[in-house]
Amino acid sequence: MSSAPQLDIDHIAKLARLALTPEQKTKFSQQLGDVLHHIEQLSKVDVTGVEPTAHASPVFNVWQADVAQPGLSVADALRNAPAQRDHMIAVPKVVE
Amino acid sequence: MPSALHFRTIADLAAALDAKQLTSVELTQAVIARTQAVEPRVHAFNSFDVSDALAQAAASDARRAAGQARGALDGIPIGLKDVIAVTGQPLTASSKMLQNFVSPYDATVTTKLKQAGAVLWGRLNCDEFAMGSSTENSAFGPTGNPWDTTRVPGGSSGGSSAALAAGEAIATLGSDTGGSIRQPAALCGVVGLKPSYGLVSRYGLIAFASSLDQIGPFARTVEDAAIVLGAIAGHDERDSTSFKTDIPDYRAALTINRGPWKLGIPKEYFAEGLDPEIAASVEQAIAFYKAQGCEIREVSLPHTQYCLDTYYVIATAEASSNLGRYDGIRYGHRSTAAKDAVDIYAQSRAEGFGPEVKRRIILGTYVLSSGYYDAYYLRAQKVRTLIRQDFLHAFRDVDALLTPTSPVPAFKLGEKADPLSLYLCDIYTIGVNLAGLPAISVPCGFTKSGLPIGAQLIGQPFQESNLLAIAHAYERAHEWSAQHPAL
Repeated sequence: MSSAPQLDIDHIAKLARLALTPEQKTKFSQQLGDVLHHIEQLSKVDVTGVEPTAHASPVFNVWQADVAQPGLSVADALRNAPAQRDHMIAVPKVVE
Repeated sequence: MPSALHFRTIADLAAALDAKQLTSVELTQAVIARTQAVEPRVHAFNSFDVSDALAQAAASDARRAAGQARGALDGIPIGLKDVIAVTGQPLTASSKMLQNFVSPYDATVTTKLKQAGAVLWGRLNCDEFAMGSSTENSAFGPTGNPWDTTRVPGGSSGGSSAALAAGEAIATLGSDTGGSIRQPAALCGVVGLKPSYGLVSRYGLIAFASSLDQIGPFARTVEDAAIVLGAIAGHDERDSTSFKTDIPDYRAALTINRGPWKLGIPKEYFAEGLDPEIAASVEQAIAFYKAQGCEIREVSLPHTQYCLDTYYVIATAEASSNLGRYDGIRYGHRSTAAKDAVDIYAQSRAEGFGPEVKRRIILGTYVLSSGYYDAYYLRAQKVRTLIRQDFLHAFRDVDALLTPTSPVPAFKLGEKADPLSLYLCDIYTIGVNLAGLPAISVPCGFTKSGLPIGAQLIGQPFQESNLLAIAHAYERAHEWSAQHPAL
């Protein structure tokens, strides 16, 4: 983290499953380069021996009884599906 | 002269409803009429459902007539940010991705407001997926600040603050991940409360950054905020980060707890970049507390300069993960341009998300990616520990911290075009989310040009009663909330 890293926008967009236009790639690379440059100052903080904080709530390992509860009906669960057939979400063929 | 119905407080209206001087249908009709009159200029709502609201109001009146009123919120129109689920109503997060989504269930806060008898009124505009500080990132167009509609209302909950300031609701709910309740409250001249992380259930809230998100109220007064908080707070087994704690009577605590308090002034929050008129108003608020016998101490939060960077690593990392669910398969926008099944993901997301959401997904994916995780994400989580320790250390000596809410008053629509300058709007609010603390923005004056100014009070974890009482002491000695925009 000592030198400002080069963000490989093609690689990251692929990981994020996000199709970007060439214009967006150029623009986001420049804008995020500025943001990353700003974020570089985190490398100045001495974090030796410091535990990470995942969240600030004093709650850990919440267990629940493994009991079936009423949930959404099939009709409600499928209400927002872009395509459906026979009580299932329809998608294009994945395997020929 | 009493204010118009649409500018009155919950406390005042509840008394009028109980005294049979007013019905909920009359009140709701007044709010609807006001909304229809000003909405072309304000655009605080993504949608509203007039017949549904009037049906809720009629049900409230029937309860009250039968002697079964459920308390101060029964019959009061309350608007919800369009990231909070209400069964059968649209839930868009101001995104094309969810343009046609209809909620199949209620958020826990929605259930609780329904149980309290509130009239749920409208879906309020916000930055897309709550990402922004101006509401300009909404896919459905920006919201205007009611004090000057050529300016932003703040964000991300800008529809919630603007609707309230304009008299289009009696109270509203928003969500706050880095300041998204407090900053728009300050810019619109209303009260905005971000509760302690874990006090209010996030079940049914569209997730942005799960370790930072919290739902809270916008209200005309601290007392109204206390009433709404009392209705929505409490443990919920459907949110595993929700905290088991007794919910006190926040409204009663306002007058029981009378100070004097010890207030800390973090010196890092009064540094370069703070608008001089805002600095002067907050200094006057400090002087007020001092005159009331409060002890004022300068304190230091030495890691303040790292809050913004820590936030943008953690919030974008969590967002990139949370927004992975929008894949065009089960719900939300599905591209018809995709070449194959896998391409549905990339194309649907390209078409469904706006530029700021894409930027944050890219940044978040990057800081979590192999080879960079330790340098960015893990390091940010460690700096987060230090930021939280700064606050807890300060709270050994003081009851609350007093700061400006926003470094600048409402700015012009389109004025802050590059992402970084907009991110800097949140410098006084972000630390609170990283540390999981409660904080409230209260109106504390106006600029010479008539724009509202907010002061922020930051409290100890789960000490909302104290925080609200401290804010109430200031508010009742001032009349900022009695002023309304001339729309």
